[in-house]
This record gives sequence, structure tokens and C-alpha cells, in this order.
Amino acid sequence: MIRAMTDDYGYPHRHLLGIQGLYPWQIKDLLDRADAYVDQCRSAEKKSDVLRGRSMVNLFYESSTRTRTSFELAGKRLGLDVINMGVSSSSVNKGETLIDTAVTLNAMHLDVLVVRHGDSGAVQLLSEKVNCAVVNAGDGSHEHPTQALLDALTIRRRKGHLDNLHVAICGDVLHSRVARSNIYLLTAMGARVRVIAPRTLLPSGIEELGVEVFTDMRAGLKDVDIVMMLRVQNERMAGSYIPSIREFFHFFGLDREKLALAKPDALIMHPGPMNRGVEIDSDVADDIERSVIREQVEMGVAVRMAVIDKLVLNAPNFANGAA
Amino acid sequence: MPQKATGRVAYVNARLIDPATNTDTIGGVLTVRETIAAMGPDVVRGGVPADAKIIDCQGACLAPGLVDMRVSLGEPGEDHKESLRSAGEAAVAGGVTSMVCLPNTSPPIDSEATVEFVARRARLIGLAKVYPYGAATQGCEGKVISEMGLLSNAGAVAFTDGILPIADPQVMRRALAYGATFGLLVCQHAEERALSGGVMNGGDHATRLGLSGIPREAEVIMLERDMRLVKMTGGRYHAAHLTCAESLDVIRRAKDAGLDVTCDTAPFYFALNEMAVSDYRTFAKLNPPLRGEDDRRAVIQALKDGVIDCIASDHLPQDQDTKRLPFNQASFGAIGLETLLPISLELYHNGHLTLLEVLRALTVAPAKRLGLPGGTLAPGAPADFFLFDPDRAWKVTADRLKSKSKNTPFDGRPVQGRVLATVIDGRTVFEHHG
Repeated sequence: MIRAMTDDYGYPHRHLLGIQGLYPWQIKDLLDRADAYVDQCRSAEKKSDVLRGRSMVNLFYESSTRTRTSFELAGKRLGLDVINMGVSSSSVNKGETLIDTAVTLNAMHLDVLVVRHGDSGAVQLLSEKVNCAVVNAGDGSHEHPTQALLDALTIRRRKGHLDNLHVAICGDVLHSRVARSNIYLLTAMGARVRVIAPRTLLPSGIEELGVEVFTDMRAGLKDVDIVMMLRVQNERMAGSYIPSIREFFHFFGLDREKLALAKPDALIMHPGPMNRGVEIDSDVADDIERSVIREQVEMGVAVRMAVIDKLVLNAPNFANGAA
Repeated sequence: MPQKATGRVAYVNARLIDPATNTDTIGGVLTVRETIAAMGPDVVRGGVPADAKIIDCQGACLAPGLVDMRVSLGEPGEDHKESLRSAGEAAVAGGVTSMVCLPNTSPPIDSEATVEFVARRARLIGLAKVYPYGAATQGCEGKVISEMGLLSNAGAVAFTDGILPIADPQVMRRALAYGATFGLLVCQHAEERALSGGVMNGGDHATRLGLSGIPREAEVIMLERDMRLVKMTGGRYHAAHLTCAESLDVIRRAKDAGLDVTCDTAPFYFALNEMAVSDYRTFAKLNPPLRGEDDRRAVIQALKDGVIDCIASDHLPQDQDTKRLPFNQASFGAIGLETLLPISLELYHNGHLTLLEVLRALTVAPAKRLGLPGGTLAPGAPADFFLFDPDRAWKVTADRLKSKSKNTPFDGRPVQGRVLATVIDGRTVFEHHG
């Protein structure tokens, strides 16, 4: 099988650790590749063998069902052998350090390592210690690049473009890696991004990331094309960033009335899992006309296939491995 | 116990730099056993007693040994990170002849026995002199003030909870007031912990890295509180390692108001800013954290104005196991004994301070504030000094440093200023070869 090693305008890196610093054409390359995989996922025969014989490990230090499953499916549909390692089943519980785990996995000659970790920067640290491609599946409050890519793919397929769209990202921006990756991606692609949250859930200096800040949800939602809700992370609210869920929903939950201020064809997005009645009203979340939440999940598999495929292609030893 | 120096030695043909006596001249130093007997332009070959051994300094700078007023030693308790010996070797290689060590050891330095243990161990090793801080509160727990009077009699030079703030205002009030009874100095790590809780400077850089921030206010608020307590009690106060522009304004106002207040900073805070933690470089994870560029410039300005009195290395050894971790989990701190001089000399090479001013902050200023002997070349002072070439260029290489731990944020940095020899109590304890 003969394939080009790289193309001039494609995604050029060995790993996908974050969106920050990527050029628009590099992002577009991944989205274009993902578009092609959407059809494969919708056909009866979903599995190809382009990467047969390759192996991939999902190393999840934080619990996750949908992201892990999505990566697993993506890997399998490309023909890779996929192994899941959760915290409970691995030697992480026995006190092995991140770097020791990396060294151990490295000795197993993996091609792709997908990592989720509770600490910002942990995935980058791991990537410095292994020879295989590393995909960040979420690190602390830092980045969740495949989520931003799948969100962008969802929007692009619905709206036809990303530039000049008005996107509102609402909720717990402070702790959200999804918000950060989306801000980097959408601003890079020419969208206008607003963040909407109470002051306690806005990270310091967020304006420097090129977004407009709103603390009044009604003002923030006015005439937007996309309403992107963030999950309120109950487990991280211990420092009482908000007085109560009831009060939060009153001012920052998405309901029909607030949604009416957005453009009539505005799309509703949520990275899941949703807290119904906390950040989003069930009625809105299930609105088939407006909510693209299920589509996001579908795009997730395609985006991850594109990322895995591209990273394996970019591996310095690809030619040897394929021979 | 090392051999005591005997006889007379004349160090001639040197550029004498002694901030205590405002001396910057070509000349020499004559020592008799452990003490400086004469210094100045008249100490020349042929002008000294015939039995004196003559050492030609070949034009090198000769200055009082550096007095490093903030050093964490591994002993007792954590000697896998640093021992008194390895710290002593690092110190003399850096021109440091006196170190003042923090009480956060295991056990903490809060009893006469521990004070004496540290002093005795250091004397036996015979490298840099070690003066301990006494814990300001028992066990450095911040609850009950320690036996400050007795600890002082045993040799504690000042009182602090070291890397921990004296957080409770009532306890701080008591420490200042009780300390004032005996004229003792209280040294504070100014951090309001209820506000800090992060891992790097708060702001957009932390937001981009997804790391929790330590706002400047955590430092400023604690200092502002302390200034009121100093005023209330008439205590003597020293603020350690200040980093923010606004903190320096607080100190400036306190000094103008006549309070007995001084402060220091560490080379990290005028040589680096928060960008040094990019890519999650844990060797630049410090507490207080590296701040913004405006703060870095303000620290330099305050050194120029004399608002900052002293420069201390803030040497805090950490081994690989506590640094090769995700940024959130890694320990705070960096080593600094061997880079104290060359990084501080950047202030001179960059035209911010004169050589005399840089050395003042490193020698006589901390010595005077803590009541230590040394820090000057004046006759009668202990023969603690070092020879250096302020211009000689070299590159910091972590692996070649003498500290047991190699956690320096300056690895690979080109610097100027080489220590050529270090003399303590008349004994040559370090010579640079090559």
C-alpha cells in the first residue's frame, strides 16, 4: 500500500495534545478527513483494515464511558487492536508513577496511546516518554482536542462553514477543558466566540484568549448561531463557586425562554453527559429541530478515526512499519 | 573538625569590593589566622610582614563571602535531597560563606537541641557556616509561639516558619510582640493560603495551561495585614522572597512610615517570569510562583531603589521523584546556591545596579539584618571572602552542580561571573580549576 508520508497543508504532528497553536489548515485537514469517515460509519460494513496489525491502548485515569467507547470504536473500525486500561484495572492503583507507566507501555510497541488524566499537562509529560503517537483525551482543565474537533465537524456539516459564526459557550468555563479547546479551535477558524458564566466560573484573563465575556446569559445569547452548553461538574463545585444548583439553573441554565434570544436556527450543543435541570432543560435538550447533541456523539467516532489514522501516518517509522 | 588556619596570609593584587566600607579599589587583604587584619590599597607585596604567605589574586575581584539568608537544608530528615555536606559544597562553589537555614526540617528546628545539632554538624564539616532560623511557632504548626528567647540564646538568628506562613493573625501578633521583647526578628513567607491553593501565577497564562492560579493578592494581603501588626506591636519584621509590584509598594510605604521592616527577593524573581513554566516545566514551579513581566521589572526597580534590601538564593532541593510528575503534583522549589552570584550579576551586566550594589544585597545587608559576623572585609571581621571574575562566561549545567538535587530552572542558561576561590575563617575551602 502506497500513501503519501505527509502533505504540505495537513496536520503535521506526531501527537495530538491540544488545539492551541494549530493553524487553520491543519485543523481543516483533520475535519476533512473526518468527513470521509462519517460515511464509513454510516455504511453497513463499518470496519476497514487500513491499520490492521497496529495496536492502540486507551489509558484512562479518569472515568469515562462515551469518550473511551468512541475511541475504542474508532480504533477498531480502522482495524487496530484496541486495549482499554482503566485506573481500577491497572498498576496505577499500586502507586506506579505516570512516567513508569509510560516506560512500561512503550516497551510493548504500541502505535497509538490515548490518554485521559486529571492533571493538566500530564498527557504532554507522557508523550515525552514514549515513541508512539499520543492522543489527548482530556487532561485536567487544559485541553480536550478531539471534543473540539467533533464539535467543529458537527457545526460545519450543519452550517456549511465555521467562519463568522457567533458561538456562545456557557457554564463552568473555569474548569472546562472542552471550553478551552473549543475557544482555540473556533477562534482559529474565524468564528466569534462568547463565554457566558458567573464571575466565579470564569478563569482569570479569559479575555486574552480572544473571546467576549458575558455574565448575563440573555445578553450573551442574543443572535448567536450556536449555543454550546458545558457540563456543571458537580464534583468540582466543592469550593462553592455557585450558591446552589437551583440558583445556577435560574440564571445560567438553558431553557426555552433564554434560547428564544438566539437566532431562530441556532443549534444547541452539549459535550455530555448532561445534567438535566442543572445546565440544560430536558425540553430543550431533546428538541430534534435544534439539538445536535446526538450528532456530536456520532461525529466523535469519525473525528477520532481521522486523528488516529493521521497520527499513524505521521509516525516517523511509518514506512518501516508498513513494509 | 577541620584544621584551623594559622599564620598570616596576604591576598594581593585584587580588586577589593566591600560594600560595608564602600570600597572598590585595587589592593589586598591581610589575614591573621581566622581574622582579617588589614585591607586596602596599602596591602601590597613588600608592604606586608615578612612571614606572611603571599597570594597573588591576578586582578580578580575579592569580596566578602555571600551571606545567603534563605536556604533549605535536607538535614535533619531529608538528606536524600541535600545533606549539610552537599549544601556546603554547593555553597562554597557559589561564593557563599554563610547560609541561614530554614526550620522546616524533620524534626523542625524548634528546640535548643536541634539548633545545636545543625550548628555542630556544620562546624564539623567546615564548609560554609550555617546559622539556623528558629521556628517561630512550635513544630512550625502556626499555633503556639516557640521558645524564642532560649532558641536565640542557643544560636537561632531569627524566627520564621520557613516555607509556611504564620497564618493566624493572633499568633503573628504574639510572635512579633514577644520577639520584640528580646529584639528578635520575625521573618515571614507572605502567603494567604485561603486565597492561594494554586500551582502557578494566576492569570491568562495559567488559564491557557489549565492550571490553577495563585493570585498576587495572596502575597499582598498577607503583607498588608502584617504591616498593621508590626505597627501595633513595634516588632521587627522581614518579608522573604517578594515577587509582586504591589507587595513592594506595601514595603515602600511601611519603610516610609518608619516601621522596622525589611525584605528580600530571590534571583528567580528578577531573572524569570511566569513564561518559564510553559510546557509544564516543573523545575520552574516555585512558591511564591514566578510572576508576570511587569512584576519582574518592579522587583528590579525595587532593588535599585533599595526597597528590597537583600537577595537570597531560596535554595530548596527536590529530587527527581517529586519533580518528574504532572505539574499539579510536583513539589515547589528550586536550588540556587551555585547560581546566586551569576544570576544576581545579571543586574550588574544589564546596567541596573553597580557591582557594589549587587554585592551589598548579598553580603552586608543580610549580615546586618540578622546580626551575623562577616559580610565585610573590615579589619577584625572573620576572614570569610571569595575571589571571582565578574565577566567570565559559562553555562549552567544542572548535572555539574554540586547539590544532591538538580532542580534548577536555569539549566542551560549562559551566565557571567565565576567564583575562583572561597576562603572561610582563613582556610581556602574552594578553588575553581579550569
